Amino acid sequence: MAYLITNVSVLGAEPRDLYIDGGVIAEHKGEEPDHIIDGTGLVALPGLVDLHTHLREPGREDAETVETGSRAAALGGYTAVCAMANTSPVADTAGVVEQVWRLGREAGLVDVQPIGAVTVGLAGERLAELGAMADSAATVRIFSDDGHCVADPRLMRRALEYVKAFDGVIAQHAEEPRLTEGAQMHEGEVATRLGLTGWPAVAEEAIIARDVLLAEHVGSRLHVCHLSTAGSVEVVRQAKARGVRVTAEVTPHHLVLTHERAESYDPVFKVNPPLRTPDDVKALRAALAEGIIDIVATDHAPHAVEDKECEWAYARPGMVGLETALSVVLSTGSLEKDGEIDWDLVAERMSRTPARIAGLTDHGHDPLPGAPATFTLVDPAATRTVDPVETASRSKNNPYAGMSLPGRIVATFLRGEPTVLDGKATK
Amino acid sequence: MASQNAAPDQARTGKVILAETDVHRVVDRIAHQILEKTEGARETVLFGIPTRGVPLAKRLSARIHAFEGIAVPVGTLDVTLYRDDLRLKAARALGPTDVPPGGVDGRRVILVDDVLFSGRTVRAALDALGDLGRPSSVQLAVLVDRGHRELPIRADYVGKNIPTALSESVRVSLAEIDGTDEVKLYGGEVQ
Amino acid sequence: MIKHLRDAGDLDAGNATLILDTARELARLTGGREVKKLPTLRGRTVVNLFYEDSTRTRISFEAAAKRLSADVINFSAKGSSVSKGESLKDTALTLQAMGADAVVIRHGASGAPHRLANWVDGSVVNAGDGTHEHPTQALLDAFTMRERLGRLAGLNVTIVGDVLHSRVARSNVVLLATLGAKVTLVGPPTLIPVDIASAEVSYDLDAVLPTSDVVMMLRVQHERMNASYFPSAREYSRRYGMDGARMARLPEHAIVMHPGPMNRGMEISPEVADSPRSTIVEQVANGVSVRMAVLYLLLGGK
Repeated sequence: MAYLITNVSVLGAEPRDLYIDGGVIAEHKGEEPDHIIDGTGLVALPGLVDLHTHLREPGREDAETVETGSRAAALGGYTAVCAMANTSPVADTAGVVEQVWRLGREAGLVDVQPIGAVTVGLAGERLAELGAMADSAATVRIFSDDGHCVADPRLMRRALEYVKAFDGVIAQHAEEPRLTEGAQMHEGEVATRLGLTGWPAVAEEAIIARDVLLAEHVGSRLHVCHLSTAGSVEVVRQAKARGVRVTAEVTPHHLVLTHERAESYDPVFKVNPPLRTPDDVKALRAALAEGIIDIVATDHAPHAVEDKECEWAYARPGMVGLETALSVVLSTGSLEKDGEIDWDLVAERMSRTPARIAGLTDHGHDPLPGAPATFTLVDPAATRTVDPVETASRSKNNPYAGMSLPGRIVATFLRGEPTVLDGKATK
Repeated sequence: MASQNAAPDQARTGKVILAETDVHRVVDRIAHQILEKTEGARETVLFGIPTRGVPLAKRLSARIHAFEGIAVPVGTLDVTLYRDDLRLKAARALGPTDVPPGGVDGRRVILVDDVLFSGRTVRAALDALGDLGRPSSVQLAVLVDRGHRELPIRADYVGKNIPTALSESVRVSLAEIDGTDEVKLYGGEVQ
Repeated sequence: MIKHLRDAGDLDAGNATLILDTARELARLTGGREVKKLPTLRGRTVVNLFYEDSTRTRISFEAAAKRLSADVINFSAKGSSVSKGESLKDTALTLQAMGADAVVIRHGASGAPHRLANWVDGSVVNAGDGTHEHPTQALLDAFTMRERLGRLAGLNVTIVGDVLHSRVARSNVVLLATLGAKVTLVGPPTLIPVDIASAEVSYDLDAVLPTSDVVMMLRVQHERMNASYFPSAREYSRRYGMDGARMARLPEHAIVMHPGPMNRGMEISPEVADSPRSTIVEQVANGVSVRMAVLYLLLGGK
């Protein structure tokens, strides 16, 4: 199938035509395409890459599957997602990561790149077979115990060192467990009033500070998951200034939602790390614009109804985010220059850099002739009101219900094949 | 210029049924009737029903004392918790309930209220009284009886019978609460 | 009037005062005279939904509901469908089907009454949720203070102990601020929550005693010691316990309160607990009147 996209703006540049055939983008030389897409008013971006997605398969297929999560991702403009290891069984062996990788290929909606667990069973006691996962068909490069912190400093040091052999990276869920026992939400005025056990900012900052020192000491790459506090931004800023090889991500929800949301006791707002203060949100937005925070990652965390329709303390933490990520980021105005969306910066934070961190060489290329036809088309003028029921995800734990957000994904292409057309998934 | 049509005027500002001197005369008459019907108010206790039944009961007691030198004890009886219309209206603040020394057992209780209408307040008062003890008899004194009873209840002492339409309302003002003594009729059909 | 009493924040000064005034009339009506039972809530159903054992609070609510002639159903978590894993929402739907006009809930999770209020049509009354609030306890405490001292506005109320884990303290801070009293929280810094609004904080009990009209001692759980909130019971008692010597530093009129159950010898010495300044027994009696007032005002108007 050949596609002609007419009059489309690539990363905000002057509108032009794009011709897609054989999985790559080419100049249009008058061939007859099978389909024509009117790109007027649309912006073409390299397909978005999510470094932090929970697909729940194997184990919790009632909350999400590789296929449903892939579809949600494609609808959000993504062409690749990194699937977190906290499945059941845990993705801590070559067998499990290959299963997830294969399920992703079968779904064929996005490239599903499995993340391997750092420790066996996420238990934080001994290293999983990191090399075996790296050598598997899934060619795992990112390792994370996400949901749990690799809290033992000696184990963290060993992990950082060990993955150097295959250019791996440890993605740390930075949470000092002894400082967050029973924690339910950000430690502060709201938690005090609501009688919910506080999750202090220092529990995150202390681990990041320790880990950047460890990474510096052993000369390894470190990636910080879902950075959530102004203090963490400062720790990363100082580390980068010293030349430490550290990258950091922020979630869309930490860029817009704050801890006051917990006042309803509705667990749709329960997430780990928790929603923080307006000052933290401000610092995170500035750090994303500046590049102290390298990327946006969704931490898409679908949960079954019964895991959210309950008491706050008993609810599982997490919120869905794949289908709204770009719109939420655009709504913050963080990636703007002179009041206009800086599409090059959007591509940098949401596609190129995450692709580079994950080693996904097929992704993160600007959609211009010669590049793989792996991109997405955005209508920046559209707005939509979020309805949690309208989703491709199996789960409805969407914290943006009722919010009006800018931008809409019109189409997504993966290696020349449309996964989304007219805002609808093709399969 | 004064209105020439009484009806619209009554809807707005009310029509005076009892003026200050009328109220005093009526209270005096009820006090006399109580003395006649109760063999000189022997073994009798007056219970005012809040809000305006309370000053009325005190006035009756004072007048009886003035006429015959007899001290009739006065209590108050709040009936809110005994009402049968609690589901229909917003919960209201409670009035006080005070039982004079000696209680009600074996005595003649005279309930005092400003307006007798459906009879439901009196029904609630009888229940409330029943929880305080066992009077030898219970009587009822009201300043105004406006009719429209919904229960088989009648007053033993009535200051004035006022035939009313259901759409009208009767408002009693007493100096102790409202600064003036007066009974007015409001509303009704505008002609 | 409000529909639910989920926390003290549901009450403005007008409603809080109405509850206290109503409780006072109810105490006069039912206390000491033969009238123990009023017909007010005849035909209404009040469910006591208790996920935590608390015989004191449950009995107090049960007595309050029964004195207003409501039908009372006690639904305790132990040995019921709840212990078999039924969710709060499913339990709520069951209570809804039974026609509960009010659900009195005690629950280990903060905010459970808020969640429940989304799922039932009747009124929800919080009888203690996790480390959040216990609003009827704060109302009975305020009632007790007002009866003893004649007013609430301008009173200096000192709350001493494990404020961090105390739902009683949280409700009192909110309610007393609403009613114009000044609250000072005293305890080891480890047991005072961060960023607490509408209260002063002091770590020196002796310094605040001479200006306190009310001192409220909170129960200290022994297990807090193992979590390093303080080094030992003896040290805690020495620094923050109320004993005879400290009681002597209080103004003549000041009272000592405790929500119970007490750790005699830990946060309060027997000498203080049994002194005329202690209101501990009154608090229990006042609890029934205050809870009657809450049930009447929440249910009376529907």
